[in-house]
Amino acid sequence: MNAPANFAMSKSACEKLVVIGNGMAGCRAVEEIIARDPARYAVTIFGAEPRVNYNRIMLSPVLAGEKSFDDIVINSAEWYAANGIELIAGDPVIHIDRDLRQVVARSGRIESYDRLLIATGSDPFVIPVPGKDLPGVVTFRDLDDVDKMLAAAERGGSAVVIGGGLLGLEAAHGLSLRGMQVTVIHLMPTLMERQLDEAAGWLLKTELERRGQAILTEADTEAIVEKDGHVAGVRLKDGREIPADLVVMAVGIRPNTALAKAAGLECERGVMVDDHLVTSDPAVLAVGECVQHRGQCYGLVAPLWEMCRALADRLTDAALDDSGGYEGSVTSTKLKVSGIEVFSAGDFSGGDDTEDIVMRDAARGVYKRVVLRDDKLIGTVLYGDTADGSWYFDLLKKGEDVSDIRDALIFGQAYASGGALADPNSAVAALSDEAEICGCNGVSKGKVIATIRGGADSLAAVRSQCKASASCGSCTGLVESLLTLTLGDDVQRGATTLCGCTSYTHEDVRRVILERELKAIPEVMQQLHWSTPDGCASCRPALNYYLLCAWPGEYVDDQKSRFVNERMHANIQKDGTYSVVPRMWGGLTNPRELRAIADVVEKFNAPMVKVTGGQRLDIFGIKKEDLPAVWADLNAAGMVSGHAYGKSLRTVKTCVGNEWCRFGTQDSTGLGVKIEQMTWGSWMPHKFKIAVSGCPRNCAEATIKDFGVVCVDSGYELHVGGNGGIKVRVTDLLCKVETEEQALEHCAAFIQLYREEAHYLERTAPWIERVGLDHVKAELFDDPDAVRRLAARFRYSQQFMQDDPWAKRAAGERPDLHSHIGEVRPLSLETI
Amino acid sequence: MSPLWLDIGPASQIEPGSARTLPVLGGEEIAVFRTARGEVYALVNKCPHKQGPLSQGIVHGDSVTCPLHNYRISLRTGEALGDDQGCTPTIPLKLEAGRIFLLREAVLGRQAA
Ligand code: SRM
Ligand SMILES: Cc1cc2nc3c(=O)[nH]c(=O)nc-3n(C[C@H](O)[C@H](O)[C@H](O)COP(=O)(O)OP(=O)(O)OC[C@H]3O[C@@H](n4cnc5c(N)ncnc54)[C@H](O)[C@@H]3O)c2cc1C
Ligand code: SF4
Ligand code: FES
Repeated sequence: MNAPANFAMSKSACEKLVVIGNGMAGCRAVEEIIARDPARYAVTIFGAEPRVNYNRIMLSPVLAGEKSFDDIVINSAEWYAANGIELIAGDPVIHIDRDLRQVVARSGRIESYDRLLIATGSDPFVIPVPGKDLPGVVTFRDLDDVDKMLAAAERGGSAVVIGGGLLGLEAAHGLSLRGMQVTVIHLMPTLMERQLDEAAGWLLKTELERRGQAILTEADTEAIVEKDGHVAGVRLKDGREIPADLVVMAVGIRPNTALAKAAGLECERGVMVDDHLVTSDPAVLAVGECVQHRGQCYGLVAPLWEMCRALADRLTDAALDDSGGYEGSVTSTKLKVSGIEVFSAGDFSGGDDTEDIVMRDAARGVYKRVVLRDDKLIGTVLYGDTADGSWYFDLLKKGEDVSDIRDALIFGQAYASGGALADPNSAVAALSDEAEICGCNGVSKGKVIATIRGGADSLAAVRSQCKASASCGSCTGLVESLLTLTLGDDVQRGATTLCGCTSYTHEDVRRVILERELKAIPEVMQQLHWSTPDGCASCRPALNYYLLCAWPGEYVDDQKSRFVNERMHANIQKDGTYSVVPRMWGGLTNPRELRAIADVVEKFNAPMVKVTGGQRLDIFGIKKEDLPAVWADLNAAGMVSGHAYGKSLRTVKTCVGNEWCRFGTQDSTGLGVKIEQMTWGSWMPHKFKIAVSGCPRNCAEATIKDFGVVCVDSGYELHVGGNGGIKVRVTDLLCKVETEEQALEHCAAFIQLYREEAHYLERTAPWIERVGLDHVKAELFDDPDAVRRLAARFRYSQQFMQDDPWAKRAAGERPDLHSHIGEVRPLSLETI
Repeated sequence: MSPLWLDIGPASQIEPGSARTLPVLGGEEIAVFRTARGEVYALVNKCPHKQGPLSQGIVHGDSVTCPLHNYRISLRTGEALGDDQGCTPTIPLKLEAGRIFLLREAVLGRQAA
């Protein structure tokens, strides 16, 4: 035995699997078996080719000079050795003896097997014309063929490719890139007639001719012409003769069944196999292009991968005899010739019972056709724009009813489904270059792609270079799709660090703050090797919050690290003035408050006052200098800041509840007021909204709030993680409680968990989506004391938070934030 | 003291890492910044993007992030950093004995003609 010694021992006792064919299917089958049960078989693979296993479909790029053989090796010699597989390369099997369970190789070598796997692939079909065996006539199947073509191309001259199918066109493309003058001879009226319809075939022909190839359709080869013992040309039945130094036969493939037939295994076009890839002899299996399964032979790799899985399940007993196995495949075709996008799948032969939807865009050279039968997609042909190919293929395989999206179907996923279907990348690909990606900064798809092509290889780079997704971020998904579409795997993702100033993530930073008891922003930056002197506008507010949350009562808030709104306790407007929103507890108000607001509006000439979506009033257009005076007046009427500007509790919306409403089950207004009194002033990772509805009619919209209470006869349903903003998310039900006290306690506990765990600027909805509701529930309920402890921490921290910031400012705190440093009046200049 | 320079008071009236404003009658408001390290800069209080009040932004290093749409502006040159375009006029300034002096001509030069 020449298997490595370490495996020889352990494997000598196990079953012996012999594989005939070291190609794509044979090797993949072995990989799948090893993945399931590495110790089950001692494997020997015979390969007719004198080399390791490689990716045959990549021979086209090798011919075209885009890849080398090393690039396309799938399993190196080390892989065989490491897995104890004996590879006998360059020594084809010539005989199978099923009685003795032995195979015989050309060299005379004999191997016994317990199981035999036939994976001999296909042989290229060679048309039986005179001259077919001349030197200079090659097929296109393996590396030796490619080497022959390359040697011919080296000498230059002209080539004739017989066969205008997938393989022939790839050969023609490669040879013309290698400098040969190429003519394609095709028997049928259009190219790739089995994969493309007439229209697409014609577009393809025109494009190839534009690239300098000669395409002869309806051309039947009569003979291959010889000169000096070498090929010299091809003569057609109509008498034409095309000179050639190289002739490539690419007219089709035949399953390689010779060995199996000789061994008496049942064969038709291919070796007959059942759903578990077993041949007529239970000890012999077959896989790949050489098999015939449910009447089908395949010539593409996708079905082979499915076969290999079923086969490995069977050979390792991962699947029982009566389990599903392989059920056959639907295939799709894609042409690899660079710059020509062609895709087809399914049946597009048409017919009376089918319906065609076609779209052509002559200017862009686009042709798309989908074929429907009984409202289901059964075939598609795409030329020039194949972005939706996988989407159509998916619809086809699933057999989905498409009548709802029929009208927009041809325009692709982005239009037909409004983007709601599975693959966002293909939807984005379908958008035009003019389509606006980032509404905030008015950046088009074309601009984003140009930026990416210009070297922006990460979300952060795109954001900084063209501003797309740099504002509200709702288009982040679109930008990420464009990155993927443009760069594929070269997109720089990396774990998201807190910001560009550090290599630490949010979690890291929060953990280290607690572990090392860091209590000031510069200290955190120092300990965690911040790459900037004092951070940036992203990390500073985050650190300020993390420290505030970690050390309530101890940490001194850093106003410089607050975004302007939180520093000024009002919302900045686009003209630099501010809006002021006083708190109205649970949406309740009274004449005194209304009068004070009315007075402020008049006194400070506020251009607008508005009822907000949060059940209170918003006064617009206040100058920063006037803010303290406005607040003083509002404070005088008993009103405090509504924190409409803060990453903090915003509003608690309520409905009228059982005090007035005929359906009300509990005092939702009263509970809302109590909750707001408990939670106001709390700083959070992001803004936080609460609502209390008096019954399941839910007039306060509690189920799209960060924390929502829906009162029912028997108590209170507590809902969490809702969001009504950019991406609407309905809450998850957290639990049900019986009393107001419990509702308040759970609210406090949930908020504290969110405060302690979420990333800065992450609302409860994305936080819960990230960590999972189960995690939240586990943190709250696994330990029966957790709710109490979390709520206690929240209440403790609230002692330091519930100070009306407006009152302090009105009383004169930080006048520098509101006053000018001075004023320059040209007339009094001389005296300065 | 040279009449060329306007004395606008002690640097200590600006908290390090923040800015204050100086309206100019008939001219453009000026923002005076003091960085965390104590350097002082003066710029017109207008972002080159959409005139956001730079004085209200977060100051980091020697740049400020505009409060409206996050342009980063260099306090030294007034230029937008990163891949943003645009420039805010800067006002030449000197510090003497802890007081800030702005070049008068530059302050008044920004007056509407
Ligand atoms: C005033 C108000 C609109 C109104 O006239 O009704 C408003 C105004 C603003 N909203 Fe809002 N939102 C207002 C209710 C809402 C609501 C409705 C609600 O709370 O029931 C929502 C959807 C519910 C939700 O948040 O889940 C809402 C979702 C947003 C969002 C998107 C949030 C998200 O998670 O997707 C933003 C953007 C952000 O926060 O980053 C936003 C941001 C803003 C900002 C702060 C934009 C900004 O950054 O300058 C606006 C400030 C205007 C100002 O100067 O006062 N506003 N905003 C409402 C104030 C409510 C209040 O009394 O405090
Ligand atoms: C140039 C080219 C481009 C292609 N492009 C695509 C594509 O884009 N997409 C796609 O899906 N498919 C493509 N294909 C088809 C794909 O390569 C085949 O479907 C796949 O390789 C079939 O796998 P297989 O294992 O059945 O056969 P093969 O990979 O051919 O492997 C069979 C192996 O068995 C060996 N063998 C045969 N007889 C014996 C014997 N008696 N003893 C020992 N060894 C033996 C052969 O030498 C061969 O190495 C392409 C094929 C070619 C040639
Ligand atoms: S929806 Fe909100 S953020 Fe948008 S314009 Fe209206 S107030 Fe501003
Ligand atoms: S106004 Fe400054 S960034 Fe837009």
